Amino acid sequence: MISNSVNLKEKAHWVWRETLAVHRRAPETRIASSLSAIEIFVALYYGGVLNIDATDPRWDERDRCVISKGHGSICMYPILADLGFFPASELQRVCKAGGILGGIPDPIIPGYETINGSLGHGLGVASGMALGLKRNGKKQNVFVVSGDGELHEGANWEAIMFASQHKLDNLHLIVDNNSISMLGFTDDIVSHDGLVRRLEAFGWQCVEVDGHNVLKVQNQLLSLKAIADGRPKALVARTLKGRGVPGLENEALAHILMPKAELLDSLLEANDAR
Amino acid sequence: MHAKPRAMRDALLEQIHREMASDSSIFFVSADFGSPVLDRIRADHPTKFVNVGIAEQNLINVSAGLALEGYKVFAYAIAPFITMRCFEQIRVSLALLSEVRPMNVNLIGVGAGYSYVVSGPTHQCYEDITLMRALPNFQVMSPADHITAELLFGRCVGELGPKYLRLDAQVLPAIYTDAAPNIADGFHVHRQEGAICMIATGYMLHTAVTVAERLQANGVRIGLIDLFDLARFSTEKLREELSRYETVVSMEEGFAGRGGLDALLYNFISHNAIDVKLLNIGVEGSYRFELGTRAELHEQVGIGPEVVTRRILDLFKSSQGTFKTIKGDRS
Repeated sequence: MISNSVNLKEKAHWVWRETLAVHRRAPETRIASSLSAIEIFVALYYGGVLNIDATDPRWDERDRCVISKGHGSICMYPILADLGFFPASELQRVCKAGGILGGIPDPIIPGYETINGSLGHGLGVASGMALGLKRNGKKQNVFVVSGDGELHEGANWEAIMFASQHKLDNLHLIVDNNSISMLGFTDDIVSHDGLVRRLEAFGWQCVEVDGHNVLKVQNQLLSLKAIADGRPKALVARTLKGRGVPGLENEALAHILMPKAELLDSLLEANDAR
Repeated sequence: MHAKPRAMRDALLEQIHREMASDSSIFFVSADFGSPVLDRIRADHPTKFVNVGIAEQNLINVSAGLALEGYKVFAYAIAPFITMRCFEQIRVSLALLSEVRPMNVNLIGVGAGYSYVVSGPTHQCYEDITLMRALPNFQVMSPADHITAELLFGRCVGELGPKYLRLDAQVLPAIYTDAAPNIADGFHVHRQEGAICMIATGYMLHTAVTVAERLQANGVRIGLIDLFDLARFSTEKLREELSRYETVVSMEEGFAGRGGLDALLYNFISHNAIDVKLLNIGVEGSYRFELGTRAELHEQVGIGPEVVTRRILDLFKSSQGTFKTIKGDRS
C-alpha cells in the first residue's frame, strides 16, 4: 500500500509540472487530457486508494487499475516512475526508440493493465476482471479511469448494464469529465448532461466531485471503496482540459492544440521543483 | 467418437461440459446464444457461466477480463456477430493484449458460410476466414465434422492464445469415421491421386467428397485434402503434399478472391515456390437475397457440387495431355 502521508496537493502540483516536462521533450503526447486527470491519478496512486506493489506490478493481490483514457494519461509516466514501477530515466526517452513510454501507453509499461487509447474498451475488460475476481472469491477491487468523450462509445453502456446486472460492487468507474472531446465540447456533440443521474438509472451508485480538489477526490474514492452494497460505483470528476496552461485550459480544441515550447519553458521555470 | 451425423457445437460443448467438472478454470460466456448441451453447462456450472446478452462487444471485453484473471474462456455466439460486430474488441482486447499478457480465449462462432440458410446474408458468414486470418496471432480453425470439432477442444483448452473456431450450424455427416485427423498437422489427406487436388475447409469438405466421387464416375481421379487449421498447419508436410500435383483447387464457403482460403494458398504456394497452378472455388459475386436450400444457394454462387464438378472437368479436359505424371508414377 502506498503511504498515506504524502502531501497530495504538493504531489499533484509536482506531477503537473513533470507532465509538462514530458510533453516538452515529447510533443507528440496528448497534453490537455493528461492535465485534467492529474488529481484523479494522484488520489488513486498516492492517496491510499489502490493497493499495489511497484516492485511486483502483476502482484495477484493488487487492485486492478484500468486506464481506459490511454492518451490522456501521460501524467501517469512521472507517477509510475516516482513510485518505482520503472526507472526515472525512461522519462527522458518518451516516444523514442528503445523506450517503453509511447504517445499512447501500452501494457508493456509496468503498472498498465490493458491496451488503451482505442477508446471505450477499458470498462468492458474491467467488468470481466471484476466478475472473475468475484467468481474466484477474491476481494480485490477494479478501478477504471475513463474520459467523458469516450462514453460516446456504445460498448461502455453494454458494460454499464452488465456490471449492475451482476452486482459488481468491486468495480469503480472514475470519469474524467473535462467535457471536451477532440472537436469541441461534448454538450455540442452528444451531451452527457446529467451523467450522474444516467448512471444511477442504470443501477450504479454515483457521486460527483470537483476533480481538481485532490483531497475531495481521495475522500470520495476511499468512501466508495469501503462500500459494497451490490452496486457498481462511479465517481464523476468535474475537470478542466488543459488545466493550468494559458490558451489550452478549457479550450474547445484543447485536445489537438500544442502549447509553444517557449510557453512550456516559462511554465516549467516558474514552477521549478522547490 | 460418434460416427453418426451430429452438430459440431454439440460435440465441442460436450467436451467443455465434461472438462468443466474437473477444471475449475474454464469459464463459458455466451451472447444470448444457446443449445441443449449449453443448458447442461448453465445448470451444472452456474458460477462459471455468464450470458452477456445480445452484446458481442461486451462479450469480447468481458472474456478478455476473465482471461486476465486466469480463466480459460470460451466465448460463444453466431459466427458473423462474434467476428464482425466486435472486430475491434477482438483486435484490441484479445489480439493486441495477448501479445503482452498471455491469455486463453476461444471464440466459438456457429453458422459458418451458408449454414443459416433461410436467414439470409445477415446471419450467413462468408468473410470470417479473411478477417480472422488478418490477425497474425490468432489461431483459426475450421472443422468439417463433429469429430474434428471434438478433437480441436484439446487445442482450445490446452494452449494459450486467442483462437477462433468456425463451426457449421447444421447437423452434418461424420467424415472421420475410420481414422481421426492428426490435429497437429492441421490438415488431412483424404485422397492422393491424379494431377489435380482439391483443398477444402469446413462444410466444403463434404462438397469436395461428392465432387471427387462424381469425377471418379467420369474416370477422373483427383486428390483431396481437408485443411481444418487455417493458421498453424504443418507447412513442411503441406508443401510436400501439394508438390505432387499440377493444379490445386481451393474450396471455401466464403467470397472468392477476397483474402480467404484462396489467398492463404496463393501465398503459401508462392512463398514456398511450389510448381503448381491454383484454381479458386468460392462464393462468386456479392451479397444475395435469394431463398432456397443450401444446395441450391451453393449452385447459384458457384460452390455447389454440380458447378464445381463441371469446372474441374473443364480444367481436366483443357489440360489433358499436358499434365505431368504424378510424383508417385515418376521413375
